[in-house]
Amino acid sequence: MTFSYFPGCTLKTKAQDLDRWGRAAAKALGFELQELPEWQCCGAVYPLAKDEIATKLSSVRALAASRDLGQELVTLCSACHHVIKRVNGDMQNDKDIQTKVNNYLRLETPYTGQTSVLHYLEVLRDRVGFDEIAKRVKHPLTGRKIGAYYGCLLLRPSKEMGFDDPENPSIIEDFLRALGAEPVVYAMRNEYCGGYVTIENKSYAAKQVDRIMENARACGAQMLVTACPLCLYNLSVNATDGLPVQYFTQLLAEALGVKEEEDA
Amino acid sequence: MNDMIQTIERIAGVNPRKCMKCGKCSGACPAYDEMEYHPHQFVDMVETGRIDELMHSKGIYTCLSCFACVERCPRSVEPAKIIEAVRLAVIRQQGQDHLKPEQIPGLLDEDLPQQAITSAFRKYRK
Ligand code: SF4
Ligand code: SF4
Repeated sequence: MTFSYFPGCTLKTKAQDLDRWGRAAAKALGFELQELPEWQCCGAVYPLAKDEIATKLSSVRALAASRDLGQELVTLCSACHHVIKRVNGDMQNDKDIQTKVNNYLRLETPYTGQTSVLHYLEVLRDRVGFDEIAKRVKHPLTGRKIGAYYGCLLLRPSKEMGFDDPENPSIIEDFLRALGAEPVVYAMRNEYCGGYVTIENKSYAAKQVDRIMENARACGAQMLVTACPLCLYNLSVNATDGLPVQYFTQLLAEALGVKEEEDA
Repeated sequence: MNDMIQTIERIAGVNPRKCMKCGKCSGACPAYDEMEYHPHQFVDMVETGRIDELMHSKGIYTCLSCFACVERCPRSVEPAKIIEAVRLAVIRQQGQDHLKPEQIPGLLDEDLPQQAITSAFRKYRK
């Protein structure tokens, strides 16, 4: 299985662990992430305005490149996934946006939303299968109580993201179970971490993160996992007395034994 | 005033008149305490043309685009899009950027992901 892969800016810089272990684990599980040539930053937030085209173009370029390769498009960063998935929805359903974008880009074949966009976790669940992953685990994370932190971008709006139940998601818990860990379900796992507002209002982000941590700890979590670099930042840097936080790909690589191979 | 209502509705692409005033959006909003007008009020004030007040409110910069209101609104009003439209009506004006490139170096710390700066730039300036 070979997928087109859109890493995004942050995975090339501050979030290299999300990317690196995702690629290493993919190899161990028998699928390949082929980085798109000349991809451009997705913009990190989905442009909600109906009358904006320019801010959607980089996503459409990635989507069209992936279609031309005949591949599905995989993302790892929650924000990239959110943006590209929703722009793809616009290109399928919004005739006005579709026409304007194609008029501007003048692609050889107009893009009308043909590419299927998958988050890495969806590849694990729907293409590889959690049962199969469980069989490949070399170092089960037995006895480790781990809370999934979903945040907003993977889940909402669920009509467009189609990722999981937005109020009671289970994909990361199922993933953790496949690795042999004990998932800890807590109410705040799909609440906001403070996001980009941390830039001008740190105390607000800190208040929000403390509520999340308090809730996760009360439910018995020893650590949290996330798929989003900004969530990881807020949960780590803005917490008063936080639990440790890792990317889900770090745990996957650890359980599959690819971390020790690379370290050796 | 009608012009302004139309501008906001055009940018947002949603219809505030569908709102049934149930307040679910504000109940779900994590930024509720940070906003002087809450999501259901935003919807109502756009409908009734009190847009100038919204354009001067701090809440347009504290909405986190978490989409909790979008998810839970039973009438598909999508309040986050209305708040975004009001913010855009402000920052699309000459000299109204809420974040300026000169401010960026002072905001960085060693761990801050690029994603944070890119997002804030997209949300706060044109
Ligand atoms: S998107 Fe904005 S208004 Fe809606 S719930 Fe989130 S913070 Fe509140
Ligand atoms: S949830 Fe929807 S219908 Fe209810 S008050 Fe908010 S915008 Fe109006």
